Amino acid sequence: MQPAVEFRGISKHFGAVKANTDVSFAIAKGSIHGLVGENGAGKSTLMSILYGYYRADGGEILLDGQVQHIRTSQEAIRLGIGMVHQHFMLVENMTVLDNVMLGTEGGFKLAAHRAETEKKLREICDRYRLDVDPLATIHDLSVGAQQRVEILKQIYRSANILILDEPTAVLTAQETESLFEILRLFKEQGKTIILITHKLQEILDITDTVTVMRGGRVIGAVPTASTSKEELANMMVGRPIENNLPRAPYKPGAPVLEVRELQLQDKQGVKLLRDLNFTLRAGEIVAIAGVSGNGQSELMEILSGMRLPTSGQLDYQGKPLPFAGRHDADGLPLAFRELGIAHVPEDRLRDGVIKAFSVMHNTIFGYQDKLKNRWGLLDFKAIARRCADLMKAFDVRPNNHDLSIGLLSGGNQQKVVIAREVLAQPRLMLVGQPTRGVDIGTIESIHTQLLKLRDEGVAILLVSVELEEVRALADRILVMCGGAITGELKIEEFDTTRIGLLMGGMHKS
Amino acid sequence: MNNHDLPRWATAFVMPVLNLLSALLVAALVIYMLGESPAESLGILINSAVVNPEGLSYTLFYASTFIFTGLAVSIAMQAGLFNIGAEGQMYFGGLGLTLAMLAFDSSLPWWLLLPVGMLGAALFGALWSFLPGYLQAKRGSHIVVTTIMFNFISASLMNFVIVKYLVPAGEQNPASRAFADAAAMPLLNQWLPVLGETPLNISFFIAIIALVIYGVVTTRSAWGFKLRATGLNQHAAHYAGIRISKMIITVMLISGALAGLGSVNAIMGSTHYLSLNFVNGAGFVGIAIALMGRQHPLGIFLSSVLFGALIQGGFDLSLEKPNIPIETFIFIQGLIILFCGAMENFYAPAIARLLKRKG
Repeated sequence: MQPAVEFRGISKHFGAVKANTDVSFAIAKGSIHGLVGENGAGKSTLMSILYGYYRADGGEILLDGQVQHIRTSQEAIRLGIGMVHQHFMLVENMTVLDNVMLGTEGGFKLAAHRAETEKKLREICDRYRLDVDPLATIHDLSVGAQQRVEILKQIYRSANILILDEPTAVLTAQETESLFEILRLFKEQGKTIILITHKLQEILDITDTVTVMRGGRVIGAVPTASTSKEELANMMVGRPIENNLPRAPYKPGAPVLEVRELQLQDKQGVKLLRDLNFTLRAGEIVAIAGVSGNGQSELMEILSGMRLPTSGQLDYQGKPLPFAGRHDADGLPLAFRELGIAHVPEDRLRDGVIKAFSVMHNTIFGYQDKLKNRWGLLDFKAIARRCADLMKAFDVRPNNHDLSIGLLSGGNQQKVVIAREVLAQPRLMLVGQPTRGVDIGTIESIHTQLLKLRDEGVAILLVSVELEEVRALADRILVMCGGAITGELKIEEFDTTRIGLLMGGMHKS
Repeated sequence: MNNHDLPRWATAFVMPVLNLLSALLVAALVIYMLGESPAESLGILINSAVVNPEGLSYTLFYASTFIFTGLAVSIAMQAGLFNIGAEGQMYFGGLGLTLAMLAFDSSLPWWLLLPVGMLGAALFGALWSFLPGYLQAKRGSHIVVTTIMFNFISASLMNFVIVKYLVPAGEQNPASRAFADAAAMPLLNQWLPVLGETPLNISFFIAIIALVIYGVVTTRSAWGFKLRATGLNQHAAHYAGIRISKMIITVMLISGALAGLGSVNAIMGSTHYLSLNFVNGAGFVGIAIALMGRQHPLGIFLSSVLFGALIQGGFDLSLEKPNIPIETFIFIQGLIILFCGAMENFYAPAIARLLKRKG
């Protein structure tokens, strides 16, 4: 049988960067094909070439055995290629129906076309068991449902080849399972699916074949049944990956942070945090699991002084955190830092670094007032020494501290942020999504650093949407949903299903 | 925004020079259309602005004022604030300076009058930028809008103050009385007679000291670090514990004070009295200088001298060539702002391609 998609010798260079070099592999019709690789391995570039965003410098793409020159994404859509982006392309305040119609209105008179589209949508929903109401407004839908709308959009535009870019990053375990059911149904109907993910378990769960990319080249294209997680990770990184990092036995010390009845409301009176109670002790990592957007970010902002709580008792080392008498949080994070609270923010490009500053300047960001010489100016000699040590200890690459940090990969940027915060010798470390957008090799090194900090007696509060990460790091797990803590587990009680239920707020049933 | 990733010598030197040449090329075309020879005109312009010592002296005299307004706009720009109000701040600074002189010029020696005058100018300039800064920091009112409004307010207010209170009895001229001789800045022609009867004075050295302080503070001090961080990414600045509202108010005060200091050269160095509209666009030229000089001390200096030369040369050119009106200078100034500000990266893709082919 003809493969649905075949890449032959695809090459693409951006300046000196070789994003794709001689990429060749084929995807059988009616199969689910996994595409894995570290950041910068060339997956996104390859998919962008397939979808008509970029044109390859060399090589060709065959669809059903025919050589196709895909110059624009319109052409890709016409050829039956559909793409579901990681960030949804939906108009929030319009209905599902209107979103699907957008761009395919088909003439001046809307009403007739609307009715027709609605009928067609209901048919598609029935056929693929996509549980979506065409007349619902997007912002009322859960993230999982919004994703189904994206898929619906592609099916409506008669896509036969569906590209999904990290589709499960924002989903709960249950939502992921239902997405996979939909994908299996697609496969039965003869559609071809390309799944980009960095979660190797998902590759094993659902794909038929898998291609591993590294440094712009195909390292291996194998049937999923014949491989294992370890082998895939090994191929992705180019060396074996240690799953169980060494850690000292769990010996929690004195309470460092005590949170009692913490509440947060926004200006409209919407409750963002509801009655949070927990204690964090020295030498333990407490992980907050949950789908993003359930209050974790707000909690971290409050604990780092970036935002004022509405009410609640927050004690740090037995004393209240300095919120009293403040009308805004302007400048407050500095006071928190001086108390020994370090913060690795979850959105590092927004909060954690100044992209246009050099790596060296970023290593003193937030601590600039402590590094002065006798003239009261920044002591650049000491700063350069400090920066060199730090880059060596945390293996920041490339080893050039004058480079703008914006030019570094996400993982290396994150290493700089973590190194900076570790260097401040905190007693409480707030860590938000430390490995988001970071590749496997770097994840290992970041996890090692955090565990080392824990073993040294630092209290660590970790927010992560990755259950793998929670399992690898946590001593205790708090699950958040809808701004409330819905459950607490010890690491020995780790159970994906139970955590997934708690994340979905279904703990009471 | 510059995604062409050019080496520093290209962005800092080659591109501004190309932009400047483009502006001059268009200006040459217009001069040609006015019926004059561009080459000859350029010769006159260069000769009277740079080659002739008296002309050069005037060029540097104008530049001394522009350095201050350029610094005023630049330091605010470092914090991400576009201070359009240097014009009004310098105007109001002139009032502070004048009040100080009217009060003390008969009682203090010159070496005390200078700091007192500078203090008055800086204080009043800062006063005029305080409200826009406060409103931006605490209420989120956009600094561009408020500083523009404050330019208009200062123009009207100064009109009122000068005419109502400062014009001496029996005078028709809308200006304050002339200060005592002690309030005059020491002129450089005392030491360099070749400069002739020109107003170039020690303000020029004060301006250079200001440039050096600016350079050190913005690049080597912790405060400058926080200033630039605030300008580049306010979210991150907040994360780092920088008090953003305080930073905005402080930098606007400094910006206003620097603009106000521009009046020291203009008044104490030359006219010795406060007159209506004495600022005459120097505040707006400061915006062009900050953009063209990329807020770098050396860049601010070079563009200030360039604009000084254009005024001086343009003035002489219009005297010698009746076909070329004095407004031509404003036109050339506009072209320079267009090419160096709005079309800053116009040549970047071409340079990038050229470098790529070579490399």
